[in-house]
Amino acid sequence: MGIGFIFGSLLKIGALLGYLYGLLWVMGHPKKWVKIVGVIAAFGIIQLALTDFGGFKILNNFDQGLLFQACAMTMVALGLNLIYGFNGQFSLGQWGFYGIGAYCAADITFRWVNGDSRGLLVVGLGTILAGLAIWGIGRLLKRFRGIPVLSSFTFYIIGVLVAGGAAVLLGNLINPLLAPLLGTVAAPGVLNSGVAMQVVFFFAVIFSGVFAAEVSFLFGLPVLSLGSDYFGIATLGFTIVVNTLMVNSDTILPFPEMKGGRGMIGIPKLTTWFWAFFFLVLVIILLRNLVRSSTGRAIMSVREDETAAKAMGIDIAGNKLLAFVIGSFFAGIGGAVYAHYIGFLSPGTFDFMLGFNPLIIVVFGGLGSITGTIAASFGWIFFLEGLLRVLLSQLGTEAPTWRFVLYPITLLLLMLIRPQGLLGNVEWGFLKSEKFGLGKKREPKPTTDIPAASS
Amino acid sequence: MEKIENTSAVLQIQGLTKYFGGLCAVKSFDMTLNKGDLAGLIGPNGAGKTTVFNLITGLYAPTDGEVKLDNESIVGFEPFEITRLGIARTFQNIRLFPNLTVLDNVRIAYHAHIGYSFSDSIFRTPRFGKEEKALIERAQEFLGIFQLEGIQDELAKNLPYGEQRRVEIARALACNPHVLLLDEPAAGMNPREIINLMELIHFIHDRFNLTILLIEHQMRVVMGICENISVMDFGEVIARGTPKEIQDNPKVVEAYLGKGAANVS
Repeated sequence: MGIGFIFGSLLKIGALLGYLYGLLWVMGHPKKWVKIVGVIAAFGIIQLALTDFGGFKILNNFDQGLLFQACAMTMVALGLNLIYGFNGQFSLGQWGFYGIGAYCAADITFRWVNGDSRGLLVVGLGTILAGLAIWGIGRLLKRFRGIPVLSSFTFYIIGVLVAGGAAVLLGNLINPLLAPLLGTVAAPGVLNSGVAMQVVFFFAVIFSGVFAAEVSFLFGLPVLSLGSDYFGIATLGFTIVVNTLMVNSDTILPFPEMKGGRGMIGIPKLTTWFWAFFFLVLVIILLRNLVRSSTGRAIMSVREDETAAKAMGIDIAGNKLLAFVIGSFFAGIGGAVYAHYIGFLSPGTFDFMLGFNPLIIVVFGGLGSITGTIAASFGWIFFLEGLLRVLLSQLGTEAPTWRFVLYPITLLLLMLIRPQGLLGNVEWGFLKSEKFGLGKKREPKPTTDIPAASS
Repeated sequence: MEKIENTSAVLQIQGLTKYFGGLCAVKSFDMTLNKGDLAGLIGPNGAGKTTVFNLITGLYAPTDGEVKLDNESIVGFEPFEITRLGIARTFQNIRLFPNLTVLDNVRIAYHAHIGYSFSDSIFRTPRFGKEEKALIERAQEFLGIFQLEGIQDELAKNLPYGEQRRVEIARALACNPHVLLLDEPAAGMNPREIINLMELIHFIHDRFNLTILLIEHQMRVVMGICENISVMDFGEVIARGTPKEIQDNPKVVEAYLGKGAANVS
């Protein structure tokens, strides 16, 4: 073990970072076919590395677990980077939305494999109807001027509750029709195997992302009007509330299958490398398309100077809410991917103390740097969970705990040496802002008639 | 409060009053800006000039009074709505977006008039590319007018003071306003820069067909470019008129130099 293992692990981390660079580069390639082929190749390389060649795998099961964990963490951290890095709203609620996404998706697929389609039906219909309700109420409220936030919040809450109630009713109505097709655990039906299961998983992930987004909308609407520090504390409270609800999910919430503090078991392990890669790329593309657009610039202007942004015609409250909702959407997706990789959910995983991890990753990688967040998430998981945990366990059974001493020290040093984060503002390939062939003009014009200030 | 029906008036302010607790910052402020005016607002420190700007642009809610843009009341509107209706401003202490590039600073101002929707940007439709390209070209043209095109990729915080001022004015103009409020544009500038600034203000006034209201401490600027001037002291307008009339007004001299000074000079 020893030196060889350290070397191997570092090599792996280096190779992964190189891989991410390549992936982002190929995604940013101007030619469309290169893009598609490149992304498929990027998927294939890892898929090959995970394939079992008669007992030999380049990336073993332990690495595979780390890889999926890193993908999920990247999605959560990217969401937080949008909220904190780009929009400047210090949020500790990301972990709560991660948990919501995880539990929501796990409940859908768990029920499905147990012959109960209500999970998917209720959550699916509920998110769609609630989305429509929010959209409709938003349109309606726009016609009036000067409605207090709490009043509009009440309207939204009523709308969402009505939508949720309707979804539960409809779900209970439709469920008996689907039950024969689903079968039972012992005798799975048509809809409970192969491709159908993959489709269900896809929708479960998307719906739980949307569900987290809608919860964040309702939560963010009143809370985002608080100042930044108060917002941070309120979001911390949110994470604790969500965690408490998880612990009591079988008693105060009507979800006996979540088994409260004992942890939810029996979640189908549906996260394959394909899905992890698919959702990771999806999140990266969505985030980049959002950030490198007029809306993204408006979101960044809120971080830079709220008063000036107001004076530039930018709707501060709306943009804050937008960033918060989309960030939570990413967290929900990340949670869903995580739940179906690990197959077991415990409220302990969503404790608020662990909620600082994505925050540390975002700061570590550089606030407002998408590349930094991606690289830091992968580096973090592979270094901390992969290398240090194994390495320290050589020194004794209690030694792995020391990594929680080592990484704060690393963080302190980083903040002293590079306060802008590991990568600062550097973006790779795909994530660079587009120039449309209109970069810096080459011919320098003499600026003699308006001289620069002699500051 | 008498009702003034003036069709050529772009901005009408009547009886504008603002109390901060018991302190009266602005008291019954009246002003009418006609199309194409280049007006000045002067007064000693703490006279309430910037408060007037903040009231017009909606950053503060007035205690009382009426602000009309094109004969439509804008009291109670959100600041961003007022900007979209056509009032842009600059700030006394420059408020650029420091960690964004000069080009981005100007592009943000176009946000309200952007030609593509949110879904266009998420799905990167052809329309997004077309509009974004046109946007960059427009922004570059704009920066060209202010001779800033060479520094479009610089971060705003790295620019020297004078260039930051120009970027701020360029950014305000990119909002496509018809009323421009300039809050002490010449603050901290040396005499040479001030002359350039005066030319610049004249230039944009004619080029963009603007109505400009200017707060300034530097008498040279106000007297040089403003056609009519209002003088404020302790939240009230104490004098109005052409630069010449203002200079000779004993109340103005008193406000600036103290009681008795008017008799001496």
